[in-house]
Amino acid sequence: MNIVVCVKYVPDAQSDRTFSDDKTTDRAGVDGLLSELDEYAVEEALKLVEAGEGEVTVVTIGPDEAAEAVKKALQMGADKGVHISDDAIHGSDAVATSLLLAEAIKKIGQPDLILTGMGSTDGLMNIVPTMVAERLGLPAVTLVSSLEVNGSTVTGRRDGDTASETIEASLPALVSVTDQTNEPRYPSFKGIMAAKKKPVETWSLGDLGVDAGQVGLNNAWVQVESFEARPPREQGQVVTDEGDGGTKLAEFLSTHKFV
Amino acid sequence: MPVERLLPTSDAEDLLALTREIARKELLPRVDAAESSATPPRDVFRTLGRAGLLSLPYAEELGGGGQPYEVYLQVVEEIAAVWMSVAVGVSVHSLTCYPLAQFGTAAQQQRWLGDMLGGDQLGAYCLSEREAGSDIASMRTRATEADGGWTIRGTKAWISHAAHADYYTSFVRTDDTAGKGISCFLVPADAPGLGFGGPERKMGLAGDPVAEVIFDDVPVDADRMIGERGQGMAIALSALDAGRLGIAAAATGLAQSALTAATAYAKERQQFGRVIAEHQGLAFMLADMEAATASARAAYLFAARLKDAGRPFGKQAAIAKLVATDAAMKVTTDAIQVLGGAGYTTDFPVERYFREAKVTQIFEGTNQIQRLVIARHLLSENA
Ligand SMILES: Cc1cc2nc3c(=O)[nH]c(=O)nc-3n(C[C@H](O)[C@H](O)[C@H](O)COP(=O)(O)OP(=O)(O)OC[C@H]3O[C@@H](n4cnc5c(N)ncnc54)[C@H](O)[C@@H]3O)c2cc1C
Repeated sequence: MNIVVCVKYVPDAQSDRTFSDDKTTDRAGVDGLLSELDEYAVEEALKLVEAGEGEVTVVTIGPDEAAEAVKKALQMGADKGVHISDDAIHGSDAVATSLLLAEAIKKIGQPDLILTGMGSTDGLMNIVPTMVAERLGLPAVTLVSSLEVNGSTVTGRRDGDTASETIEASLPALVSVTDQTNEPRYPSFKGIMAAKKKPVETWSLGDLGVDAGQVGLNNAWVQVESFEARPPREQGQVVTDEGDGGTKLAEFLSTHKFV
Repeated sequence: MPVERLLPTSDAEDLLALTREIARKELLPRVDAAESSATPPRDVFRTLGRAGLLSLPYAEELGGGGQPYEVYLQVVEEIAAVWMSVAVGVSVHSLTCYPLAQFGTAAQQQRWLGDMLGGDQLGAYCLSEREAGSDIASMRTRATEADGGWTIRGTKAWISHAAHADYYTSFVRTDDTAGKGISCFLVPADAPGLGFGGPERKMGLAGDPVAEVIFDDVPVDADRMIGERGQGMAIALSALDAGRLGIAAAATGLAQSALTAATAYAKERQQFGRVIAEHQGLAFMLADMEAATASARAAYLFAARLKDAGRPFGKQAAIAKLVATDAAMKVTTDAIQVLGGAGYTTDFPVERYFREAKVTQIFEGTNQIQRLVIARHLLSENA
């Protein structure tokens, strides 16, 4: 089974994240890494391929540094990488991102399965996976916490607040996985050395046959108008129990509409 | 800010990045609880092993990572900066593989070394005894010949990983001539008659389980003797030359952590209307701590580079162990001073660093013994 995993290079959530003058995420000023949510998708792909056969190809879109995300996935054990990089892509929204990913997947050669994380740790739009599936005309099984491939179908379990759904789709399909799916492995030192010899291709818009007018900040459907740092958390409120602690707590919860 | 390092290859840079990632995600969240409850983190070693971090300095043909000491030691330093007990464990494990890797026959290496370096196993190094600490040649644990093999009887003391290890690299007496009568054996954990004392109640390094290893007529096959009969003392000392560098690197990481904690605190804590770092008396203390830590690092790296170049490095290893562990003691002591009363509480990690630093001046040859080694080298060199 051949699997493509879409991965994203994101600013390290541990560092101070900032925005550039054009109100896009500043990717140059902070350390970046493979989105931790995508590690679950890479791990799932590796497990599926290790249990059978086939290849795992990872694809990312982003500036030069984004090659690091591909490298990390290759160190974990993926076989090949594709890095889509073009100055014109800067500031692209989810619509353009999904177009580029869909075109890249076609160029790689339609896989049996496309895996993605549940969202990126920076953008949090969580819409790209479904858009990619739509563009490729494939079923999308999103937000699963476990999945199983049997012959020509994939079955995933999606845990909601009140129920767990079991969803089945025919292959090829796109599946997005949550952080409950598995325990992503660390690369091993041998994996790090092996990764250096694995093929990584860098594709431009031209390679994908995508017009610059379809992507980039100026063509985005969504514009960031302004942003503000989240205010620091306010001091908590202490409820003293003078025999009526329960009532006071219930009042607090209902005035704040927690219950 | 990670420590500035000059690494020889991009592989080494990636390896250090991997080490920092594992330290941040797997070690940091657990160190406080494990150290305060004295729980040996056996599974942490499996994680490190799977990532290939337990076999770095051994040749790839033997199943190791093929990394120079210069790189391996910086990995140990990074681990120590987050969890000293684990760094000491990595260094001790490396030490336990050394006799077989260096002095074993090809057949012995074929049979055991792959598993020892494979990442799942953890070793213990049985050299010290209650009455034979610095003076190891006076050891009394003895192996007697018995039906084509050996029977070991006696008690080793202060053994790290005792009762948790998968094998015991053991030095025991095979005849009476003091230093020349010692041989090295590889004893499996499931050998009949092998027992353990209760864990020592130590002032620090709680995650490193240390106990007696009791050999109650333990039968060992003849082919488990590593090196020649009577070569044990030479093997032990040669292993310690390399092992000391691991302790020097770990002590450096510990000093670095104390320095980092102290610097961060000094930039926030206000007294007399300004942050305490702006009082020169305190800033100079931080400067001395930085200088001590950097010298420790320079000392172990120079010894490592000599070793990697195939040159004699015993004197430099002893210097590195002395300089780095004394630096760790000084820097961790001063870190408490920088934090004032807060530093003396268990709410901050520096008091733990201080307790952990002390042992580095004691094990793998006390710092008096390091001076003895340095002086011997110095006085026997041609002037
Ligand atoms: C936490 C911990 C873990 C350990 N792990 C291991 C292990 O895994 N395997 C192992 O084999 N051992 C281990 N040891 C033992 C350790 O190596 C010994 O404690 C050490 O070698 C010192 O021996 P000793 O404690 O008997 O002290 P002693 O040798 O009794 O020394 C007491 C004091 O006398 C000084 N002294 C001794 N001889 C001289 C001399 N000739 N000149 C000047 N001063 C001298 C010493 O420097 C020291 O200050 C461990 C110890 C500790 C505390």
